[in-house]
Amino acid sequence: MEILVCVKRVPDTAENEIEVKGDGTDIERDDLVYSVNEWDNYAVEEAIQIRDKVGGSVTVVTVGDEESEEVLRREMAMGADNGILLSDDAFENSDGKGVAAILKAEIEKGKYDLILTGAQADDGAGQVGGMLAAMMDLPYASLVNLIDVVDDSTLKIGREIEGGNQEMSEIGLPCVLSIQTGINEPRYVGIRGIRKVASVDIPVHGVADLGLPADAVGETGAKVKRMDYFVPEMGDGAEILEGSTEEIIDKLIEHLKAKGGLK
Amino acid sequence: MSQIFAYILHKGGVADDTALELISAAKKIDADASLIAVVTGSGADLDTVCNDLTASYNEVWKIDNAALAYPNAEVIRKLLVNIIPGGSIILIAHEHFGMDIAPGLSIKMNTSFVSDAMDIEGRDGGAIKIIRQEYSGMASTHVTCDAGDGAVISCRPGSFQPDESKSAGGQLVDKSGDAGDLTANRTFLEVVQAETGDVDITKSDILVSVGRGIEDEENLEIAQELADAMGAVVSCSRPIVDAKWMEKSRQVGTSGQTVKPKVYMAMGISGSFQHLGGIKGSPFIVAVNKNAKAPIFQVADVGIVADILDFMPELTEKIGGM
Repeated sequence: MEILVCVKRVPDTAENEIEVKGDGTDIERDDLVYSVNEWDNYAVEEAIQIRDKVGGSVTVVTVGDEESEEVLRREMAMGADNGILLSDDAFENSDGKGVAAILKAEIEKGKYDLILTGAQADDGAGQVGGMLAAMMDLPYASLVNLIDVVDDSTLKIGREIEGGNQEMSEIGLPCVLSIQTGINEPRYVGIRGIRKVASVDIPVHGVADLGLPADAVGETGAKVKRMDYFVPEMGDGAEILEGSTEEIIDKLIEHLKAKGGLK
Repeated sequence: MSQIFAYILHKGGVADDTALELISAAKKIDADASLIAVVTGSGADLDTVCNDLTASYNEVWKIDNAALAYPNAEVIRKLLVNIIPGGSIILIAHEHFGMDIAPGLSIKMNTSFVSDAMDIEGRDGGAIKIIRQEYSGMASTHVTCDAGDGAVISCRPGSFQPDESKSAGGQLVDKSGDAGDLTANRTFLEVVQAETGDVDITKSDILVSVGRGIEDEENLEIAQELADAMGAVVSCSRPIVDAKWMEKSRQVGTSGQTVKPKVYMAMGISGSFQHLGGIKGSPFIVAVNKNAKAPIFQVADVGIVADILDFMPELTEKIGGM
């Protein structure tokens, strides 16, 4: 099975405190730790496991700047066979539809049976997979937490729905699936693994290579635009306990006693 | 008069809470718009939901078809494209079904798309101004959405006030005949119910709930010791289950358990809206997190900026010595 996984380089929210810049134009990006989007990492692991079971190849692709190459190498160190970087100044500030259009153009240059994305990334929109599928007239499912290959033309999939329940379906290939975290246990990537793929050639494709009209992507093509970042009003917010650890614990225990939190 | 459509989730003959929240969202876009509920399904339950909604929506479009008995997003997307006029604004709740259908629907309707809207600041000509969050709730943004050719907007459950006025006096319109082709290359098989675990976290008055801040599986013992001292049960957030450190039955959140404790100790939990969606009944929430910007501090009653691995043992010791 030929599998394509769409990945993204994002600030790691588990490792960073995200701060909004004073003028609201962006978040503070100095000193941010970047990594592959967590959901995408599960998608790549799933692709590798499917390939190892039924054969074929795994290609990872990203839309981003030249620094995004590092996440492609990371996922190749994990076991992906190929990487493709889609990069062009004209792609900057694309909205979700623009990113889907860029990916579609690349996908149509190849032949893939299964296309995976993460269920969402840093902007929390969770939109590119579903848009891509609709643009390509392929069946789609989101929040996928189980994939079983039935045969060459069918997968059995599980979707995470409410209350820990799982919705089981059959879906025809080729298709697009957005992967939920927890579907597998992504393997560890060591520094040696990354060194091994350090010199592998990763092709870079831009607007011209993909035959995209420049006004379909980037800022000009975007119908949804982010105007600013801001820090929301905290509302009442928590009463933050301060002082020495001992003082904090004494205050907390008083609260807990009053609220029935200590038996 | 402009029209705004809302797709209604329902179960067992009762509309989801979001059915009334979408009315508030629609009125924030255009207070004078005619609001149309689109309700799909099959049989008596569908009739009940549709009749109830006529109090709240100007029109309720009912689509009754055996193929719609279970909401398969691929089928319902085709249906909505068949029945909703081009250029429309369509609202839907941002939960597992909305996430499944909405992005593709926007492509097939050829409209713009904004997902997970938390608030709507109104409409300026063709542009709708929307507030949403990025970076796991650590930053908010204003986005503008060009709705000149229509828009699909998914709205975060619980973010818009339910419109309880029930004064629409709307009419029921049976659109079943317009459903069109409902075949899809994705077939629903069954819903597998969640496994029940050894401990029922929904029954506990006090929960010590751990998140990413626990850092390592071995450290779960520290949380268990605190729970033992407090007479509490240990629950967790999603990353702990994803890492396979605890059973799914211990997970609090929309994709896990809904809990109603008296006291909720959020230990190293950042507080995603999916997690908070699983905490009901307004418990007293204590948040301990080393990240002072963690969204959990916005909803907690008491907050402590500290590393839970240092803080929990000290608290346990103090309580144990009482």
